[in-house]
Amino acid sequence: MRAPPVRDGLFAEDDSGNPYLIGGRCDECGRLQFPMASTCPACGAATVEEVRLSDRGTLWGWTAVTAPPPGYLGTVPFGFGVVELTDGLRVITRLEEPDPSRLRFGIPMRLTLVELEGEGTDSPVTTYSFAVDDA
Amino acid sequence: MTDVAIAGTGMHPFGRFEGTTVTEMGVTAVRAALADAGDPDFQAAFCATVYSGVAAGHKVLGALGRTGMPIVNVEAGCASGGAALMLAAGAIRAGQYDTVLVFGIEKMPKGIIRSSFFEPWREQAGLAATPAYFALRAQRLMRESGVTKQQLAEVVVKNRTNGLDNPTAMIRKPTTVDEVLASRVVCEPLHLHMLCSPNEGAAAVVLRRSDLAPGAPRIVAAALRSHLPGSVLGEATPLSGVPDDDITPPSTLAARDAYEEAGVTPTDLDLVECQDTDAAREVLAYEELELCAPGDAGRLVADGTTQRDGPLPVNVSGGLLSKGEPLGASALGQVVELADQLRGRAGARQLDGARVGLAHTVGRGANAAVVIVTR
Repeated sequence: MRAPPVRDGLFAEDDSGNPYLIGGRCDECGRLQFPMASTCPACGAATVEEVRLSDRGTLWGWTAVTAPPPGYLGTVPFGFGVVELTDGLRVITRLEEPDPSRLRFGIPMRLTLVELEGEGTDSPVTTYSFAVDDA
Repeated sequence: MTDVAIAGTGMHPFGRFEGTTVTEMGVTAVRAALADAGDPDFQAAFCATVYSGVAAGHKVLGALGRTGMPIVNVEAGCASGGAALMLAAGAIRAGQYDTVLVFGIEKMPKGIIRSSFFEPWREQAGLAATPAYFALRAQRLMRESGVTKQQLAEVVVKNRTNGLDNPTAMIRKPTTVDEVLASRVVCEPLHLHMLCSPNEGAAAVVLRRSDLAPGAPRIVAAALRSHLPGSVLGEATPLSGVPDDDITPPSTLAARDAYEEAGVTPTDLDLVECQDTDAAREVLAYEELELCAPGDAGRLVADGTTQRDGPLPVNVSGGLLSKGEPLGASALGQVVELADQLRGRAGARQLDGARVGLAHTVGRGANAAVVIVTR
């Protein structure tokens, strides 16, 4: 049993247990977004369709957070960066690699789900993260 | 069109002031600005603040018995003071008022700034890590413009050296490149000493129709812009974005508006005060304000262009890296610096013959403000 998601509607798993991010595609302009919202952040249209975003991408930016940010439920240090999905969308995400010197621009990345311990609350949560794709 | 003059300025120093309320700091700055302007009546007041709560500006003017006029509190993140100035200058130009008080006040919480901008889940997941967003922007600048970590440290040394001569700055202690690089890594590539401290303070300016303040510095542009959608690393701080090479950042939008409004080009500038929340943010501003060609910002650091004795001094006041950043007051603090430089009363940090100055702030929203002052 996995801990509950940090927020509903961010990610899901398919029948084979493969996780994916839940995005939105604007019916008017085609723009992708994450997380999915009821309106398009590019054109304002209110017709946004739910889509399964690619679980693969390449690393576009990375750092590590060394002091716990306000309200954070996990431990430090943790990786933090931007993955450019094969769909073309750039997503802000936690990264499984907390040592920036071990990462390189453009390396393949793959979505994973991780549990945060719930520091100070005793209620762990599940969130999305990207790991280096060694496959 | 009516010209707008800075008839008077006032400051409460930036720093940490245990036991002093944000209202008291505002009173100090407003009193000083009104006295400097010859204590004119004013018909409106705009108060810039982010964290001071309900009716913060009313409390300051209430303490001085100077109420009855419209008092408007303005929040636009780091650019709040620029937004207040834009509204005040616009009202004078439109003929609505002939004298307007503009002030900014702040008493920031300590530590990493907690912002109601972020939803609770984003905090819980660790995605409200403000310095990490700064770091990603810094990394991109280093990758795309060839800026080095050494150069980021040199910017800190420059601003901290400048800050030694600013009595209203919080940190007045020289530093070295080695010392900056030896401070702990907050978020690679940013070390602790490359980040400004959130703090407390107040700044105020009295704006008047220029015929009522002959000889005073004039505000020739006060531009404010928000972001265009799409940039994942933009100050709008979204969770996703698209390839953005053709998306103009808000600081450039505001700068272009301001240059056009003022009828000046970057080559006309004698000094610039820009948003140095972190050292990379200053260097990025060189490109976004079009002080240099895209990709050329590192050169301005390397060849000393932006040093106090260089051809285009940037952050002669010491910048936020020396002064700290009281959000609502920081933009007006920059404008006070420009006015002091143009009036020849900047003391030990006085530049020779400064005539045209630019002040730039940018932050969450996104909001970017650019103000140009001449004499």
